[in-house]
Amino acid sequence: MTGPARGRGPRARLPWPLLVPAVAGLAFLVLPPAGLLVRAPWRTLPQRLAEPRVLEALRLSLVTATIATAVCLLLGVPLAWLLARTTLPGRRLLRALITVPLVLPPVVGGVALLLVLGRRGLVGQWLYDAFGVSLPFTTAGVVCAEAFVAMPFLVIAVEGALRAADQRYEEAAATLGASRWTVFRRVTLPMVAPGVLAGAVLCWARALGEFGATITFAGNFPGRTQTMPLAVYLALETDPDAAIVLSLALLAVSVIVLAALRDRWVGTA
Amino acid sequence: MLRRLSPAAILASVLSLAACGSSSDAPASGSGASKSLTVFAAASLTESFTELGKQFESTHSGTKVTFNFGSSATLAQQITQGAPADVFAAASPATMKTVTDAGLASSPTVFVKNTLQIAVPEDNPAKIESLKDLIDPKVKVALCAEQVPCGAAAIKALDAAGLKVTPVTLEQDVKATLTKVELGEVDAALVYRTDVIAAKGKVKGIDFPEAAQAVNDYPIAALGKAPEPGLAKQFVDLVLSQQGRDVLTKAGFRAP
Repeated sequence: MTGPARGRGPRARLPWPLLVPAVAGLAFLVLPPAGLLVRAPWRTLPQRLAEPRVLEALRLSLVTATIATAVCLLLGVPLAWLLARTTLPGRRLLRALITVPLVLPPVVGGVALLLVLGRRGLVGQWLYDAFGVSLPFTTAGVVCAEAFVAMPFLVIAVEGALRAADQRYEEAAATLGASRWTVFRRVTLPMVAPGVLAGAVLCWARALGEFGATITFAGNFPGRTQTMPLAVYLALETDPDAAIVLSLALLAVSVIVLAALRDRWVGTA
Repeated sequence: MLRRLSPAAILASVLSLAACGSSSDAPASGSGASKSLTVFAAASLTESFTELGKQFESTHSGTKVTFNFGSSATLAQQITQGAPADVFAAASPATMKTVTDAGLASSPTVFVKNTLQIAVPEDNPAKIESLKDLIDPKVKVALCAEQVPCGAAAIKALDAAGLKVTPVTLEQDVKATLTKVELGEVDAALVYRTDVIAAKGKVKGIDFPEAAQAVNDYPIAALGKAPEPGLAKQFVDLVLSQQGRDVLTKAGFRAP
């Protein structure tokens, strides 16, 4: 994490009230994953990773997290725009409601999804009666659970970017006759693109690690709803070494993807 | 032992070092009047052990009984990683074996047995009557994952019946499996009799003969490194006594 201030600023004497907690914070975040590396069964690692169940879970995790991020972009960016650019009454309340999934324990989120979208849920029973669609225990259900938990991250990031962007460009476009939709598409969106990408990355990472809402709402079935975090949890019941291997695989894939994205697009945002 | 330290334990020790060597010694046992007994028990024992804990506290004034209920496999992991427990009650001999193999307990005693039942929602929408009805692909079935004792028992029972069931989900513990039935998301599940009784009014239990092939023994043991070895033994004695048996059978367990 190198900030934009690289190579600038006063170099002499780092103030210890900042340095000591910073190092403690770093150790707190870095040591647990390092512990995984120390305890990893390196010798059996390749054959454990090549197991079809592992690859299946990894593939499912990547696919669902990516679809969930796409859903969040489609719904979350307009929502962020609504919060940042309109004078809708009750916007503060809306913003508070949007952050609820952030503070809600994910398991509770999963139960809430069941109560609404389940076969006997408020909306779900109607879906089931009319179309025979039932989301729990399906891959679509996994995407639902991940999107529910991850969307607030995207909305908050994009809203922040929208508030920081200079509105005079949008006003100028409007005075030149552009409609609000055109302004959004041609001026606003390109301006906040780095913020949207940063939000999408955060959202994807959160979706990839999602456990509680997924296992509660979508259940656990290999190849259909068993994502990596679920596979890790169940492996822990009988074979901690396998759980460590799975965790490392998930960690490696997410770090590679995030690092690649960072270099490519997010840059110093 | 050092090799088996969990990342969390490593972190904890590093942090305690960082805190300028502030003393992290375990408090000496038996200091003053208040004593504490820590019992690690399988999730299916939640209701009955909570009651036994209250009875124990009422006859041992100044003693506080603390429970850690969870999946037996997870509890066994925590104990072998050094969790300060006095008593371990597991839902399967296999999970107890993890602890005895590590030399942390000896001579566990089987105190109850638990059998499976088919749990269906109160209104039984799929009209389930026997184990055979679960093979219908239109019937949504939840089972426990094979890694946890109730899942292993379900597989045994289905094998004994020669049936192949395709569940929609393999849940992480028996309570989660039951919740799916309570909410009506699945038409049936294989769970313990005791869990069906605990969820009375929300689910219905159906006995099936093959359950006799998949009886789960519940072993209990006082742990070798118990901070309170005296109290640990007394608690085990209470569970094995007639008084304990009464509470457990009321919850749906069967005598060994």
